[in-house]
Amino acid sequence: MKIPLQLFARARDLAGKSPIEIEVPENASVAQLRQILIADFPQLTDLGPSLLWAVNNDYVGVEHVLKTTDEVACFPPVSGG
Amino acid sequence: MIELTEKSIDFTQLTNLVRDHRAGAVLLFLGTVREFTGTEQTSSLRYEAYPVMALKKLQELEEECSRQFPVVRIAISHRTGDLDLGEISVAIAVSAPHRAQAFDAGRWLIDTLKERVPIWKQENYQDGRIEWVHPGTSGASNSMTNQTP
Repeated sequence: MKIPLQLFARARDLAGKSPIEIEVPENASVAQLRQILIADFPQLTDLGPSLLWAVNNDYVGVEHVLKTTDEVACFPPVSGG
Repeated sequence: MIELTEKSIDFTQLTNLVRDHRAGAVLLFLGTVREFTGTEQTSSLRYEAYPVMALKKLQELEEECSRQFPVVRIAISHRTGDLDLGEISVAIAVSAPHRAQAFDAGRWLIDTLKERVPIWKQENYQDGRIEWVHPGTSGASNSMTNQTP
């Protein structure tokens, strides 16, 4: 299944665009998506472990199982305020 | 009231939004663009948000704060886009029956906002370097490579 992935801040700059589309197996977890993301965009390797993940505008852990209808985003640690 | 805005924040108006006859204390917190961080000299900041999620998380902060503290009203406004030195990046106004409650709630709101709300700041340094601020990660690899669309 294809997952459209929104990237923000340095993650978006390193990938060069957002959203991007990532092909993952059915019932893939966020951990699997992250692995494929980094294989497709090796420039995100260093940032990979610190990326935060959100599904439908809530934070999720990497064990979260994805659905095609999910709105998925990932980004580095936040720095608002 | 919560908002993300590209316009400068009217903190008087924001403060008036939380004034209420049930409150004996009104607290206003402003975050402003600081020139010096240690020896680093900032010339401007850019703030980027994931708008839908940021608004949702701000809404949750307002609700959670209202459960944890005896607050009367809360108003939060956060800037996005380019900000000059001294400009207000965030304003939080909170009212409560007594001052200790207002101070506690205001402190909790800004601390929790900085942990949870998907907004990022990018430093434009005086020497020309441009770096995203991502706590806990190294910024060095990102110098001079940013091209925010």
